[in-house]
Amino acid sequence: MSKGVLVDTTRCIGCRSCQIACKAWHDLDARYKPSNGTYTSPQKLSADCYTLIEFFEKKTGDQPSWKFVKDQCLHCQDPACASACPVGALKKTSQGPVVYDQWLCIGCRYCMLACPFQIPKYEWDTTDPWVQKCNFCASRVESGMEPACVKACPMDVMYFDDYAKVAQEAERRIANFPGKYVNHIYGYREAGGTSWMYIADRPFRELGFNTDVSDKPYPAMTWKPSLSKILWEEAGLLAVLGGILYLRNRRNHEEGQK
Amino acid sequence: MNRQGSENYRFFTSKTWILLGLAVFGAIVALYRLAVGLGPATNLSDSTPWGLWIAFDVTTGVALAAGGFTVTFAAYVANWDKFKPIARAATLTAFLGYLLVVFGVFLDIGKPFSIWHPIFFWQPGSVMFEIVICITLYTLVLFLEFLPWLLERLNVLTGVRDFLEKRSVLFTLVILGIMLSYGHQSSLGGLFLITPAKLHPLWYTQFIHHLFFLSAVCVGLSMVSCETIVSANMRNREHETGILDGLARGTAIALLVYFLARMADLAIKGNITAMFEGSPQSGLFLLEMGVGVVLPMLLLASKSIRSSIPALLTSHGMVIFGVVLNRFNVVFLTESNMGAAAYFPSWQEFAITVGLVSAGLFLYKLIVTQLPIFTTAAEQKH
Repeated sequence: MSKGVLVDTTRCIGCRSCQIACKAWHDLDARYKPSNGTYTSPQKLSADCYTLIEFFEKKTGDQPSWKFVKDQCLHCQDPACASACPVGALKKTSQGPVVYDQWLCIGCRYCMLACPFQIPKYEWDTTDPWVQKCNFCASRVESGMEPACVKACPMDVMYFDDYAKVAQEAERRIANFPGKYVNHIYGYREAGGTSWMYIADRPFRELGFNTDVSDKPYPAMTWKPSLSKILWEEAGLLAVLGGILYLRNRRNHEEGQK
Repeated sequence: MNRQGSENYRFFTSKTWILLGLAVFGAIVALYRLAVGLGPATNLSDSTPWGLWIAFDVTTGVALAAGGFTVTFAAYVANWDKFKPIARAATLTAFLGYLLVVFGVFLDIGKPFSIWHPIFFWQPGSVMFEIVICITLYTLVLFLEFLPWLLERLNVLTGVRDFLEKRSVLFTLVILGIMLSYGHQSSLGGLFLITPAKLHPLWYTQFIHHLFFLSAVCVGLSMVSCETIVSANMRNREHETGILDGLARGTAIALLVYFLARMADLAIKGNITAMFEGSPQSGLFLLEMGVGVVLPMLLLASKSIRSSIPALLTSHGMVIFGVVLNRFNVVFLTESNMGAAAYFPSWQEFAITVGLVSAGLFLYKLIVTQLPIFTTAAEQKH
């Protein structure tokens, strides 16, 4: 059964327990990074940071209004990265996670360009570099456990369950609390649907979400106009070339055979 | 046959030494890159995962080597006798070009020694997979077209040579080469079909792969023209005005087709006014299309330009500039929407790119002086 997670951004208090739990579970380095005058730390996802809490401040009346948004791989149902990969190193498993096989990977980094959410990051400073990103704690999920970040969260921000139930829960919350949420489940349609979904009390654009993401699955963008047609185009080309070759070389060929 | 052009021909001129020096320096830096990894050797980052090597050595390099399939089409498939004397040189340039592309890919990918993986682990839904397979097979085809000349010089394996020089075998190779070229020249553009929100609408289109193929045909012809002029100078031969005129007319027609296709695409999408929006992107577009396409197209359409060697070099140089700029625009404008970090290549990236180009020119000079590449029309067998 494919799993999903609903992130209710209205509940997050920005404690970053999820960040710590992620680093601990995946045994990732936690190096010093200067705070740079914002609560978001580190500034960006990287090869040793699969998830982070992004901090957004807005003035509401006379008061500051803070929002904390958890960023990590959204685990598309039909992932752009998996279709981009020339060797199938990135794969969507039947349980939901998009996982990576570092042995297959050749390091072309096309997945980094293809991802509409800019999630895959690279180990630049090693001679055997891997692509790194949130793997939905695939080994935990496989053993029936929730992801490390979900387990660590004290505010029940994330609801982890079967994908269908997660989508229902998102709809239920929006319907049951009129006026609390904007009527948009980010990830329900984005990129053809993602295993992780978000609900929020303000437009997602204000929370740093990429709202230019297409609702169509990304793999079809290369498949439909190009890859699916290439064999037909090649067959047509072969026929045309053969025709030209025959017509233009008839005379020489006859001479060659005499 | 005196291939060296004159009796007191010197292979190692000062320019040749410089090329060899740059190639060796590039090789040393390449070893450094392999020893330390991409991070220390390049300015690549998570917001600029593709840099100079992908933009120039691979994406542009493949386009510049398109002269191989365009000229072999003209000489063998269309059987235009005029182009037969340059078919070997064009094939050689393509072969060397693709060797450099493969070497450039080897250095650019994070795990160079896994470069063989796509041959065994197939992923037919990936544009990158299709490119890797087509480039690998096409390099093999070019090698088989090149091999007989090497065997002829070494005077060994005459059986293999005779087989490869059979009309049926050669024609099969040429047609395979054109089909494989269509496959990857277009797919290099097809890579960007999946980045609709990142690439500026003046470049992004559902037909970007077809536009890449059309522009590759233009620049392939221009590269062969420049090569024909430069190698005639190098060998102190008369310029082959008939061939150059034919190539120039072909280039002008190809540019017209490319220009019309691109404008029609923009017009249908309703984006044609975006080129006058005054943004840096629109400036780059006008530079690319104005200097790289429209101007050389008009110049090459004129008979007086076509009969002047300096004017031909300038016009074809503009076409090359336009396609290089196009490939750079597509790669780097896509990445400009992936994060704030600015990218400028490191000196190591420049050294390796310059080294690859120098190695190509050096090998070209070495091979044309040693192997039967330049033949006159009378000596042509086919």
